[in-house]
Amino acid sequence: MSDYNFAYLDEQTKRMIRRAILKGLAIPGYQVPFASREMPMPYGWGTGGVQVSAATLTPDDTFKVIDQGADDTTNAVSIRKFFEKTAGVATTEEASAASVIQTRHRIPEDELREDQILVYQVPIPEPLRFLEPSEVETRKMHSLEEYGLMHVKLYEDIAKHGAIATSYAYPVKVEGRYVMDPSPIPKFDNPKMEMAGIQLFGAGREQRIYALPPYCQVVSLDFEDFPFEASKADHACDMCGATDSYLDEVIMDDAGNRMFVCSDTDYCASRRKAGHVGAQGTPFEETAA
Amino acid sequence: MTPLLKVENISKFYGNRIGCENVNFDLYSGEVMGIVGESGSGKSTLLNCLAGFLTPETGEVRFEMRDGEMRDTVTMSEPERRMLSRTDWAFVHQHARDGLRMNVSAGGNVGERLMAVGARHYGNIRAEAVDWLGRVEISEERVDDRPTQFSGGMQQRLQIARNLVTGPRLVFMDEPTGGLDVSVQARLLDLLRGLVREMGLSAIIVTHDLAVVRLLADRLMVMKDGHVVETGLTDQVLDDPQHAYTQLLVSSVLQV
Repeated sequence: MSDYNFAYLDEQTKRMIRRAILKGLAIPGYQVPFASREMPMPYGWGTGGVQVSAATLTPDDTFKVIDQGADDTTNAVSIRKFFEKTAGVATTEEASAASVIQTRHRIPEDELREDQILVYQVPIPEPLRFLEPSEVETRKMHSLEEYGLMHVKLYEDIAKHGAIATSYAYPVKVEGRYVMDPSPIPKFDNPKMEMAGIQLFGAGREQRIYALPPYCQVVSLDFEDFPFEASKADHACDMCGATDSYLDEVIMDDAGNRMFVCSDTDYCASRRKAGHVGAQGTPFEETAA
Repeated sequence: MTPLLKVENISKFYGNRIGCENVNFDLYSGEVMGIVGESGSGKSTLLNCLAGFLTPETGEVRFEMRDGEMRDTVTMSEPERRMLSRTDWAFVHQHARDGLRMNVSAGGNVGERLMAVGARHYGNIRAEAVDWLGRVEISEERVDDRPTQFSGGMQQRLQIARNLVTGPRLVFMDEPTGGLDVSVQARLLDLLRGLVREMGLSAIIVTHDLAVVRLLADRLMVMKDGHVVETGLTDQVLDDPQHAYTQLLVSSVLQV
């Protein structure tokens, strides 16, 4: 192995983070302050998620990192390599094979199991931040359960756009108590948050950790006459033909041609491996990169 | 008949200086009470103590809850008090900016109190907001404009609509017409007087403008250096002032 302590952070720090995680799990949706450390990466690149992962990983774990659903983007590759180097844990791109999955802004398409942990990177944990700038006031609003303001934002959306235009970081109410920011996942993923796996949220710059225990009730806020809708592009994946996955729109050339592909690369690849082909896809070949 | 609000021995000190001392009065349902006095006389301190923004050193502010029970709002828990202040109470600030969300549309501003008490039907919230904008003479087409696009008088009327939408029983007003020109003031006063009569509101109005209390208030309380120096029916106090300071105050008004 290397000269790093297991998973980079020292044992005291990991213990401190674990205490915050346990408190978060005991009070679902509540933002627990923690002493966030400097990490060897800039704020906004997932320092919160990395610290939570470091405190969660054991030598027996298999680790997967996704960035907007993809395993092969800069952020995902660097964080995966970081833990390969500092923890020496096994890594994978397969969602079902991983025991800890760190994610930036997506939930994998495959349903998670009870023995899996999903770690979110969170830029701004406070759902009320842009409505009420004072942290003192927002914490009071959380403690007194005064969430009328959250609906003012949705009201403004409808007044301006004719529908709830918030499409990511869509606010949810957890177990009928705390209103929580689900991190900037698309609202398509919101219904998946009632899952079997444990979900941990780490915000490094904002020094907050919060969590959802398994099978926790998570309700997306809405109006009676404008109910919540988990929307996605009205299209099938052009690579694997899936109609049930969240899609990225990719501009192909200057003529405005575009294709829609699964944002979850592992889901797409495994479907192609199983023989599914989309409108612009080619059959899967073993030698393909 | 029991009073809606019973104020007993309210005192507030800032260090050694007196904010207000030993203030007592009863306010009955449907009654409008004016508090007048010069700057620094403690009238705003008193109003903030009554509305729960400041905690008085001594005394009780007993309010008749909807179930008829008299509760001391000074010692009641914060969630209860905040609940009161978005249902049964309303507070109209001197500067509309303090009472409005400037980056939220007029409709959202009016709807906020409704949503805060659990309204979750967009159509109904919007209809109610439009109705209230109409009552304060703001046209329906301005419902999606932000308060920053409104004139000072409109902002003040919007603030009043935002406060009255949940049908409060007691309204606190801190210089509601301050900073407005006289013709706008006159219309706002006319509007307020109409709403107070129509909804049977009780109100406490703090002002230094005697014309405002002459028009709106049934009873008057005159404050000087943190103490109440004279109380009585408005016309009685203004037409036949007894205390030297009240005489000075009344005679200071310019006769045009």
